[in-house]
Amino acid sequence: MTTLLHPGPAPTPRQLILNGIFAENPVFRLALSLCPAVAVTTSVLNGLLLGVAVLAVQVLSSVTVTLVRGLIHPRVRIPVYTIIIAVWVSAIDMALAAFFPALYAQVGLYVKLIVAFAIIISRLEVFASRQPLVPSFFDGLGMGLGFLLALLAIGAFRELLGSGSFAGHAIAPGKPLLFLTLPAGGFFSIAILMAFFNWIEARARRGREGSAPAPRAAAGGTHGV
Amino acid sequence: MSEIPAARPRPFVVTPGPHLRVSETTSSIMWWVNASLAPAALWGVVVFGPRAFAVIIASMAGAVAAEWVGTAAMRRRSTVADGSAACTGLLLALTLPPLLPAWAAFLGGAFATLFGKVIFGGLGYNLFNPALIGRAFLMASFPVAMTSGWSNPRPWFGPHLDAVTTPTPLAALKEYGLEAAARLISGPGGVTGLALGFRPGSIGEVSVLLVALGAGVMLARGIIHLTIPLSVFAGTALITSFSGAPLLHLLGGGLWLGAFYMATDYVTSPAMRSGQVVFGLLIGVLTGVIRLWGGYPEGICYAILIANAVVPALNLWFRPRRVVAMGSPS
Repeated sequence: MTTLLHPGPAPTPRQLILNGIFAENPVFRLALSLCPAVAVTTSVLNGLLLGVAVLAVQVLSSVTVTLVRGLIHPRVRIPVYTIIIAVWVSAIDMALAAFFPALYAQVGLYVKLIVAFAIIISRLEVFASRQPLVPSFFDGLGMGLGFLLALLAIGAFRELLGSGSFAGHAIAPGKPLLFLTLPAGGFFSIAILMAFFNWIEARARRGREGSAPAPRAAAGGTHGV
Repeated sequence: MSEIPAARPRPFVVTPGPHLRVSETTSSIMWWVNASLAPAALWGVVVFGPRAFAVIIASMAGAVAAEWVGTAAMRRRSTVADGSAACTGLLLALTLPPLLPAWAAFLGGAFATLFGKVIFGGLGYNLFNPALIGRAFLMASFPVAMTSGWSNPRPWFGPHLDAVTTPTPLAALKEYGLEAAARLISGPGGVTGLALGFRPGSIGEVSVLLVALGAGVMLARGIIHLTIPLSVFAGTALITSFSGAPLLHLLGGGLWLGAFYMATDYVTSPAMRSGQVVFGLLIGVLTGVIRLWGGYPEGICYAILIANAVVPALNLWFRPRRVVAMGSPS
């Protein structure tokens, strides 16, 4: 599944974090959890809140699963993972509702939906359930950071061009491109940023041609939310 | 002393096929389409003034610039010279209100070629009509400018006014009912004005006669056939005949421009005649449905885009009949 799981020297924490942000970015490379990436990114702050929530849930769930993985029977692992995620989502949900009520009013629905985010359970399945505590922690951290940064990038793109503001502060008068704040504009924004990401990746690969095997080119599955 | 004989016509020339050639190319067809649109475009400039001209130029410039930048960025052979980008820009401009800001028209033209065509792989690979993609994008981005930028025809005999915004006949029909629309078109010549093109509307749709003239040129040259346009008209007539103003629906909006110039796009219409009839009827009926019961006064743009999405299915359902049964020796 993961390029880092191939036999060889164990990946360092730095490699794991960079892997989550760039090589296997949940949104731009794995194309997982695109639904919230479209739905909540009409502004930077909404993206930030959901990104932080996902980061926290991912790290906590990865650590929990890696701690109890010896106790879970393989046949019931998916329900158990889901329950573990649900526990942490509930905790984060209540914390956000208590500390950021205004922002929570806008993205609260999606915070509860984190239970069903494909990226979290897929990291538990492919990484945390097979790796010791420290790598699992850094893998969760990298994936969460990758998701957070992706949501920030999409949110900034859409808010700047769609509403002419950044983090709620008006920059341009009026609404330059209302289209980008609509759901269709969300898909276009993700596609544009993903193309940009692929372009950078292709350039970087051309730079180190021959020294490393080419990573998987296309984005992965589109299942899940 | 041997000498190389002088070149003379060889009696037999052996070359691989094809051997029958016509001078017609994609590029020549595109420029013919552009030329046939020119009268309607010029009429729009005459009727609505310099701002309409600015919209046309900006839209075409945006389309051509985006085509050039897009093909260069993807390291593809530049296809600016084949006229398809200019055609997209011109068609888009003809569907726009004359008072739209020119920079918005430029943006629409650029979006139309970049996301309507270049992204899909260039001319021939696009699923949707690029010009209408541009229009739908502008509708979503600048709803106010796109629905209130209508202007009255310039008064040729009378006090000079800079520009007077006014509803189009279809918008008046939608908002205020049949009487208001009738009053609007009964001004400078009633139905004659409607047919001649002295009425508020999009830049290129106002003169049904000149659109018909351009369509006649394309029909005469065999660039388009009547199948799709007639099916579109039939569909719209069918559904609007119950509304009380079928003539207004047939002459009042962008139906002619859409039926002759956008529904007939080779790339985004079905290949078989039978499929084209279904395609045209679908466009006509959807146009009527959107106009009568939908949220917008005009529906031809979205009708064609929706029908474009059905084209791959229509091409599957309506296939050429095999002359020789499968499996038989050929």
